[in-house]
Amino acid sequence: MGLMQYGALALGKKIRKKEASVLEAVTEALDAIQEKENVIHSFVTLSDTYALKRAKEVQKQIDDGTLVSPLAGVPVAVKDNLCTRGIRTTCGSKMLEHFVPAYTAEAVSRLENAGAIVIGKTNMDEFAMGSTTETSYFGATRNPWNQEHVPGGSSGGSCAAVAAQECPCALGSDTGGSIRQPAAFCGVTGIKPTYGTVSRYGLVAYGSSLDQIGPIARDVSDCAAVLEAIAAWDQKDATSIARRDMDVTAALVDDVRGMKIGIPKAYFGGGLNREVKEAVLAAAETLKEKGAITEEFEFDLAEYALPAYYVIACAEASSNLARFDGVRYGYRASGYEGLHAMYKKSRSEGFGPEVKRRIMLGAFVLSAGYYDAYYLKALRVKTLIKREFDQAFERYDAILAPAAPTTAPRVGSSLSDPMQMYLGDLYTVSANLAGLPAISVPCGRDQNGLPIGLQLIGDCFQEKKIIRTAYAYEQSRKEWDA
Amino acid sequence: MKNRISDETVAYIGILAKLELSEEERKRAGNDMANMLDYMDKLKELDTSGVAPTSHLFPTENVFREDIVTNGDGQKDALFNAPAKKEHGFLAPKTIGMEEG
Repeated sequence: MGLMQYGALALGKKIRKKEASVLEAVTEALDAIQEKENVIHSFVTLSDTYALKRAKEVQKQIDDGTLVSPLAGVPVAVKDNLCTRGIRTTCGSKMLEHFVPAYTAEAVSRLENAGAIVIGKTNMDEFAMGSTTETSYFGATRNPWNQEHVPGGSSGGSCAAVAAQECPCALGSDTGGSIRQPAAFCGVTGIKPTYGTVSRYGLVAYGSSLDQIGPIARDVSDCAAVLEAIAAWDQKDATSIARRDMDVTAALVDDVRGMKIGIPKAYFGGGLNREVKEAVLAAAETLKEKGAITEEFEFDLAEYALPAYYVIACAEASSNLARFDGVRYGYRASGYEGLHAMYKKSRSEGFGPEVKRRIMLGAFVLSAGYYDAYYLKALRVKTLIKREFDQAFERYDAILAPAAPTTAPRVGSSLSDPMQMYLGDLYTVSANLAGLPAISVPCGRDQNGLPIGLQLIGDCFQEKKIIRTAYAYEQSRKEWDA
Repeated sequence: MKNRISDETVAYIGILAKLELSEEERKRAGNDMANMLDYMDKLKELDTSGVAPTSHLFPTENVFREDIVTNGDGQKDALFNAPAKKEHGFLAPKTIGMEEG
């Protein structure tokens, strides 16, 4: 069995027991990428030279006993919106095609300190704006389960890389579902932590009040291990939160007896694919059989989360992306007259259509005369949504829902109708608005063989509850990937 | 489509967003924006009078530290990605004495 068939923790264990070397792990990852990339295209940039050098350093640290982390020597893929010193970071955009950061994102540094080895940067929707990884300037990523279909997005490259066994784990970012939805589409597991749990230092900002970095891996245990490695208070991120309960691997317990799980009726209505609905409800049934108490409840504001999300995300995007002006870094057009013309031409040529669409919409909702009606209104609705979640979590330990209304759509079918693509985020955005942790776990496949994801949403700071629930479900899950 | 975005509005948003759009892009942008605003207008169904807007979910405090340089001289790193540079600075088009474009 090749080393890339192992999960992150299993591979780490093999390395610690000297059954495999770090160099072998890295080499096998690079070989797997070499073999699969022309079909899947998970990566934008490979950091092979760096990874091979790191492999030697990490092996030495393992051998002399200075590195005992469970992830030591494990290859990891990093979404291309996380800065990596000396390794090109493109955000899937022409704007940053040649951008080489001078520093490394805190989450990546922490993972490297745990001995994980960055093997490359994964493809994504341009500036994380999209749900299919088709808006990347560097071409679309394909779903490893069926190459005619998209991997989801925007962390589509990271999820596809794990699903295709090019590496055992990866980092993604989630602004409105960008970890959970592609994880569901690719049949892998992904966690969006509570806002502030993982430092955003070095993450190229999209919607700063919504963005969180999180792990993507083959199962709940691997995700918990990666999350444990990257979660920490960081002085360099003003929204970072000091937490003392992030020993989340302690929550890998196969016991959900007495756990109260709420099922929001609004998430199972029209628009939800029948096969997805059946698979997700079957997962609820499994948890019930294991002793959890499941109950349907009314979630009245569900349908308002998506419009509120798009107002806020686009507003923040228009502000965050103002920095790309062709002066200090990034793309600069040629043939302009004067500074303003240079700004405009560089931005117009450097950004793709979806990014421009969201910047313009954001500029509009923030502009005089519309600010109150759209932006402030959305922030007020956010307050109401947060309140409704607070009430729900007075009664429930976790909320169970689909990760996405359908399985992965066909390549090319979403781009022509942006509104349709936005609706794919229906079940994921509310967790971002309310800052809640959420996990997506595979729970079945549709008749075409495409994976279906179960989403569990927890109250703020309750990662352990959703990890425990997801882990328990995973232990009793019927075979879904054969 | 209930919302209508005039050509003037699209042009104005183009100025705010510092984007130069082709004729075709302008048309498409107006339509896309109107479509999205129709959808966002759903928020108006909710009565939010007396509801405070939430920008930060958790109480945040300013982070203070002593003003001590810890990251050294990053000039070389900072200039590394510059599309154009001259000596020790970023090179940008002349701004003084030019008309605003």
